Amino acid sequence: MSKRKETVRSEAVHLARVFFRHRLGVVGLVMLVVFIASAVFAPVVAPYDPLEMDLMNSFAPPGSPGHILGTDNFGRDILSRLIFGSRISLLIGIVAVTIASIIGTILGLLAGYYGGRVDAIVMRLVEVFYAFPFLILVIGVMAVLGPSIYNVMLVLGGVSWPLYARLVRAQVMALKSEDFVKAASAMGCSDARIMFRHILPNVLTPVIVSATLGIPGAILSSASLGFLGFGVQPPNPEWGAMVSEAKDFMLINSNMIIWPGMCVFLVVLSFNFVGDAVRDALDPRLARQLN
Amino acid sequence: MPASSNAAVVEVKHLTKHFPIKKGLFIRKQTGAVRAVDDVEFEIRDGETLGLVGESGCGKTTVGRVILGLESPTSGSIMFRGDDLTKQSPAKLRALRRDMQIVFQDPYGSLNPRMTVESIVMEPMEIHGVGSASERKARVAELLEKVGLDPDYRKRYPNEFSGGQRQRIGIARALALNPKLIICDEPVSALDVSVQSQVVNLLQDLQHELGLTYLFISHDLSVVKHISDRVAVMYLGKIVEIAPKSELYANPLHCYTQALLSAIPLASTGPRRKRIILQGDVPSPLNPPSGCRFHTRCPNAQSRCRSEEPAPTEVSPGHIVACHRYC
Repeated sequence: MSKRKETVRSEAVHLARVFFRHRLGVVGLVMLVVFIASAVFAPVVAPYDPLEMDLMNSFAPPGSPGHILGTDNFGRDILSRLIFGSRISLLIGIVAVTIASIIGTILGLLAGYYGGRVDAIVMRLVEVFYAFPFLILVIGVMAVLGPSIYNVMLVLGGVSWPLYARLVRAQVMALKSEDFVKAASAMGCSDARIMFRHILPNVLTPVIVSATLGIPGAILSSASLGFLGFGVQPPNPEWGAMVSEAKDFMLINSNMIIWPGMCVFLVVLSFNFVGDAVRDALDPRLARQLN
Repeated sequence: MPASSNAAVVEVKHLTKHFPIKKGLFIRKQTGAVRAVDDVEFEIRDGETLGLVGESGCGKTTVGRVILGLESPTSGSIMFRGDDLTKQSPAKLRALRRDMQIVFQDPYGSLNPRMTVESIVMEPMEIHGVGSASERKARVAELLEKVGLDPDYRKRYPNEFSGGQRQRIGIARALALNPKLIICDEPVSALDVSVQSQVVNLLQDLQHELGLTYLFISHDLSVVKHISDRVAVMYLGKIVEIAPKSELYANPLHCYTQALLSAIPLASTGPRRKRIILQGDVPSPLNPPSGCRFHTRCPNAQSRCRSEEPAPTEVSPGHIVACHRYC
């Protein structure tokens, strides 16, 4: 039976192969793995307690003995703060976007597939969300719920789903008229099976791509919240909050703002690279050409 | 070839499908309807191929989709082996659907690009709960072989195949549940001529082997002539003529059929056939002409054709025509 081993090769192995052919994707993945590993093993990796102050030794430049990246205005070790900060930043980014894309995808699927009244209700809801300035809406909800990391995730997720709903709805409406969807209903597929088995895999690609692009956005939004006093509370380390703290000393000690900024930048970049590679791996048309 | 005395698999009576046109921003009122199919009657007998021909927009595809239940009819009845499809509960309808399948025109759009060949062909069996996982796998391999594809290709995706191969995958999917009736909606129109004949021959071989009944929808008269036992000609939502193939091609009675047949290119050097060239365009199905729908373009139209709709009349056994010249 196995004249061609390739054809019987399992799907996951194939996806991995295509993914690893994508050089930038691999670079992004390696960077992400480093960030995630340092987040997971923060207490082991970090040289100091991120909250420990040493006022005698504040504003130490990078390369100072014991402080590779220097210290901040309270003499706290910047590297340690970055490592502990990655825990909060990455978690907020990933969880918030996951919540948003799940809500958005399901609502978009329903709206696009059923059309009519369901579509009208979902789309009016989307417009209501778009009508509010993003930050004002988030601050309003945060003021009600109270500042905490978990509320930041919930609120950012609950407020940014309309983007995904619109994206998915448009794709679903186009796919609905394709013959393979008609073939599925001619076979006797239930609506749920058509939506989740036939339509969903075909709309997932843009969702995954915009989700990877959305993670850095969520990290930045949580930083803005932290800055405004609604997000992560000082002295807890969080990249966005570190940037906003550091901006007061930007001219005296630019060192303090460069490192957390660089971290946000690198994470954004690596998520984008990974997103690109995942998109290529998931698209059978592109994937086979690479072979 | 099957005898004409066979029982009818499908019997369509007074089938009408109107697509409403609605206007208005908040209060949507129906301002008109596209009369895609209007009072159509025909039957398909066990084991035969009924060719359904007509030009684009005449409603032939809609007829196929209504029979399959992809569109619900405005009125009329569809008897499928004794059950009226328009009066069944959804559960019963699902069970009846096992016995009828469709092969689509576009082999690129009709297969889900994200499913492997195996999962495409296996899906009908999964939905209807046929067999165990290993039995289904074996059946997929058997079906692929039957339509002339290497079963080793079953883990591949549709985009790795040519148009003809994709159409074979579509046929394998249609065969998965051992249906009685297959509606072929222009199954070869999107293919190269050389591949067309392969697919048509495959359909014929499968019909002999499995005792299938086909409704073969096409605008290509030569293909229909090749594969059909009987042929129905549609014009603007009406069937204007139905006859056994040999009778229809030798002795077309309706002026529209005559005009259509005269348009088939002939590869012979004999005396030239008179070509009937129709004037004007097909009228809009939104507002079809009164009387006989063909009178605006008919070379033999009389005053009666404008006011009175001709009833389908059986002029010789099995040859039904709707034209005032034969009533």
